[in-house]
Amino acid sequence: MTLGLTGLLALGLATSVLAQDYQRPSISGIGAVAQPEQIAAWDIDVRPDGLGLPVGKGTAEDGEALFADRCAMCHGDFGEGVGRWPVLTGGHGSLTEERPEKTVGSYWPYTSTLFDYIYRAMPYGDAKTLSPDEVYALSAYILAENQIVEYDQELNQDNFAQIEMPNRANFFADDRAVSEAYSERCMSGCKAEDINIVSAAPELDVTPEE
Amino acid sequence: MTNALNRRGFLAAGAASAGALAAGSAKAANPFEPKEWGQYLGAGVDDEPYGTPSEFEAHVVRRNVPWLTADSVSSINFTPLADLEGFITPNGLHFERHHGGRAIVDPAEHRLMIHGLVDKPLVFSLEDLKRLPSVSRFYFIECAANGGMEWRGAQLNGCQFTHGMVSCCQYTGVKLSTLMEMVGVKPNGKWVLAEGADAAGMNRSIPMEKIMDDCMIAWAQNGEALRPAQGYPMRLIVPGFEGNMWVKWIRRLEIGDMPWFAREETSKYTDLLEDGRARMFTWVQDCNSVITRPSPEKPWLDRRGFHMISGLAWSGRGAVKGVDISLDGGNNWIPADLEGPVMPKCLTRFSLPFEWQGQEMLIQSRAYDDTGYVQPTFAQNRSVRGVNSIYHNNSVHTWHIKPDGGVENVQLV
Repeated sequence: MTLGLTGLLALGLATSVLAQDYQRPSISGIGAVAQPEQIAAWDIDVRPDGLGLPVGKGTAEDGEALFADRCAMCHGDFGEGVGRWPVLTGGHGSLTEERPEKTVGSYWPYTSTLFDYIYRAMPYGDAKTLSPDEVYALSAYILAENQIVEYDQELNQDNFAQIEMPNRANFFADDRAVSEAYSERCMSGCKAEDINIVSAAPELDVTPEE
Repeated sequence: MTNALNRRGFLAAGAASAGALAAGSAKAANPFEPKEWGQYLGAGVDDEPYGTPSEFEAHVVRRNVPWLTADSVSSINFTPLADLEGFITPNGLHFERHHGGRAIVDPAEHRLMIHGLVDKPLVFSLEDLKRLPSVSRFYFIECAANGGMEWRGAQLNGCQFTHGMVSCCQYTGVKLSTLMEMVGVKPNGKWVLAEGADAAGMNRSIPMEKIMDDCMIAWAQNGEALRPAQGYPMRLIVPGFEGNMWVKWIRRLEIGDMPWFAREETSKYTDLLEDGRARMFTWVQDCNSVITRPSPEKPWLDRRGFHMISGLAWSGRGAVKGVDISLDGGNNWIPADLEGPVMPKCLTRFSLPFEWQGQEMLIQSRAYDDTGYVQPTFAQNRSVRGVNSIYHNNSVHTWHIKPDGGVENVQLV
């Protein structure tokens, strides 16, 4: 079956736009307006100034049994870590040592990070199952085990972000552009002293085998 | 083989010869004898709707280092750089780094929300995004911890493990500047929190300036949909910045007036210095390079004569301008050839022909970029950072070529 001459003409007239008449459209009508309840369902992040902390409360005493039940299998009863799983407590004063122990207490700059992370990602493999009260209690337990709060101290949406973390002042913004501005491209006679091998990977023998 | 049309028999014979090759067959191969593939029919076009590599390339796979992490779910594997050509990483060999495992996300149940300090918060489906103007760009992605096992000395014997937390692909998606224009960012909207839909709920703070410069939401990689391991159905592209910021399975962008200081930008991905202070927001992947051939995986065993020295260079600040090669542990340097195309924030292949007469060598590559930055030595990096900063090791790397052509990862003074 063929399209008649009249049909062709009509189709052509209906769809043709001369280049001189073409107007590039702006983007419109794509995407839906996010509804308040949709935003509320996903907006769980917490900032150091406390913005985003949900209403709730908990103490280390409340958190102790919960920690034993839901966290200790990886982090140990007191946050000391099991196997290679993260150590949450201790390590204070170790950051300048040969083997630093970077824990919540010795390293983390803000308490808000603790709430934000537990609420979104813990327990590992069963994320987003803890209530705000449970996250306040678990955070309180970890902070108490680091001697940052008292065991009976209630943490809540009003005081949680006020807690000062001991290592906070030791963080600073990337300065590599200034402190590591390497620009010398030596081409010959670059090493004044003898060149010696000081370590070779096969000696350690930790490369995975086929 | 008796049945000329027996494909199973043909495949079995192929697998047997692959095994014989791997085991080092005593019988010398004779390419000039009649072969099964020259006599019998191969598989038809309906045999393999989605193609796979040759069975003889079965050794070219991602590998992990089991002792590196507590489990294989929150872990990393490495791209087999020594077996790759050009500068593109095939999708099945792109390194993987997950914090809550490889999420399988149904695009019908997935949305991207943009909200916070905006005039009009919006929610997009994958199909919505695909209607928008898109761009396709080549970028490398590198984990901030690439080379992180080498700070205290040579540790892993293979460029897959010393440098394989880097890959390079063509990404297709919508520029974030397009999406930001659609939601209307308020004047105090200076930071963006990117969040993933996975079990880790990965979240990172990114300055608005970077978002508007060259960030994208990508749904395709090397011409096809993202693989689940790389964030299907959509991921954030943050060119030149550490891979952790390229949030996979991205579901939310919140605009704010300050950073969030999430776990992955405080507890992790901060760089502890010797004096106990720690750098944060160390986003840029500085200029780096590695020789992939020769390497521990690609030795010159008893093969004197002509060789191509070949490798990869990259810079998160811009384009690679050049690469120098040293054969004597960094005393003298020879400019290598760059094999185009050379693109900013993209892997760049370099090479240098070389006549090897069996001499022992300490071979290195040193890249520099179009900002004038020159890749530093281990001594330079350690003098500023010590050995506990984990991340951003871009030190000049050394392979020891032994008289028999064997290659080892070594470090020098």
